[in-house]
Amino acid sequence: MTELLERRAVVSGIGQSAIGRRLGRSALDLTVEAALRAIADAGLTRDDIDGLATYPGGGMGGEPFAGPSTPDVHDALRLRLNWHDGGGEGPAQIRPVIAATLAVAAGLARHVLVYRTVTESTAQGSGGRLGIGAVAGSGSDRGMPRFGGSFQWMLPYGAASAANWLALVAQRRVHEFGLRRDQLGWIALNGRANAALNPAAVYRDPLTMDDYLAARTITTPLCLYDCDAPCDGATAVVVSHVDYAPDAPSPACHVNAVGTALRGRPSWDQFDDMTTMGARDAAASMWARTDLKPADVDTAQLYDGFSIITMVWLEELGFCAKGESGPFVEGGARIARDGPLPLNTSGGQLSAGRLHGFGLLHEACLQLRGQAGDRQLARQPEVAVVANGGGPIAGAMLLTRGTG
Amino acid sequence: MPAEPQADLRPLGRGPSIRVLPRLDDTNRFFWTAGAEGELRFQRCGDCRRYVHPPAPRCPYCLDGGLTPEAVSGRGSLHSFTVNHQQWIPGSDRYVVGLVTIEEQDDVRLMTNVVDCDEEALAVGMPVEVVFEQVEDVWLPLFRPAAG
Repeated sequence: MTELLERRAVVSGIGQSAIGRRLGRSALDLTVEAALRAIADAGLTRDDIDGLATYPGGGMGGEPFAGPSTPDVHDALRLRLNWHDGGGEGPAQIRPVIAATLAVAAGLARHVLVYRTVTESTAQGSGGRLGIGAVAGSGSDRGMPRFGGSFQWMLPYGAASAANWLALVAQRRVHEFGLRRDQLGWIALNGRANAALNPAAVYRDPLTMDDYLAARTITTPLCLYDCDAPCDGATAVVVSHVDYAPDAPSPACHVNAVGTALRGRPSWDQFDDMTTMGARDAAASMWARTDLKPADVDTAQLYDGFSIITMVWLEELGFCAKGESGPFVEGGARIARDGPLPLNTSGGQLSAGRLHGFGLLHEACLQLRGQAGDRQLARQPEVAVVANGGGPIAGAMLLTRGTG
Repeated sequence: MPAEPQADLRPLGRGPSIRVLPRLDDTNRFFWTAGAEGELRFQRCGDCRRYVHPPAPRCPYCLDGGLTPEAVSGRGSLHSFTVNHQQWIPGSDRYVVGLVTIEEQDDVRLMTNVVDCDEEALAVGMPVEVVFEQVEDVWLPLFRPAAG
């Protein structure tokens, strides 16, 4: 195998801002808070940071979804950069972390600050969540912009949210594999049980299967608790060259392999296999780059923007056979903190809040370091997998404690 | 008008209360206006004869042939569906978002609304046929259970 350049990179520092509902703070303010914590956690100062990367950057409509652009953060911290990269296209939300590993491996930068910031809770205010293309308060067609590109094939039909697009995945899995709602519910229940031990989680009250099954429908077969919780917050990590690992104050998390493939058609409606979509390709490409096997993974932090996505990742990453994730999670024991595959141990996006992939990365690092506080797994993990994205958007990363 | 409180007993609508419309240009106008003549049209390759969707500058299968819009039967099957309850667009009744595979080619799909169908009758694989809903200068292909 050719040398894997991602193994020249480590996550040397992690940090989060305040996280919560309707914090009323700007995305840049939250980002700077998380960034300074991550830089200090890495044992560095802002003068050491010579790389900057984010998803999705300034090109996706700005706040509340996009967070600040790299120029905004660059200037707010008065960084002096050798490499910088912001954008929304690539292997899911974790894209800039993967890019940063390659940048440090290539010598383009030594310490890259990578961040993801959302202010979707403040933006939502006290109203309901509107669909893409909907204009709050508009009473006629004239208030609605028209769309080209891929949105034109979905928005006219009120398929105005990823909830609808992923409900199509879920319903197809009901048809092909006999997936049941109560099986999906275990993803939500597991997240909520873990969130109870996470003081930063936005939803910590107990959730029962009765609560889950009685929740209002969003778009069949998905209910309220299948959908992640909009929140405000920023997560930052510092990706450093592996040479720095011995000098980092906390144990460095080594990048063992990244998964970046997308071999199917890159759209929500034309992908060849609607039961898997991009997770299939990203997972396969990650495992092709490592000798580690699914059985070596001690904790899985799998994207749960919607519960159905987590089910897909469980299968495509090889933790169970295709179509078997329903029975696999049923009862919750296999994915619980004391089970063989502790899943989304911070509560995930369903309960800890929609930090858009980076919360899962942050949690993987905490668990590998043994710094997860009350929710630290009894058996400190040596290998963690982080998967981001759903539908045709997917990226994955295998992290190890030590050089693995 | 403020959103009504949600209740599962509301009837199925034909789609959202307000249609967010496509922006027509020279690449997509043939598709979105074909319903004026009661036809569903896709680009088709003059060489390999495959249908192409979404519209492309040249055939993405053979990279060779020129593409010309051509009518299809309008029949297909329901690959998946979801009944939307959430008020993404306030004032909407519940409606069905469907994903339809056209009869002519199994890798050409359309997201759409399934109409004139009871919720209980919705099923993956059910045969459907196109009907059109005109909004301004756009004819949206919708699908209903196939006759017979």
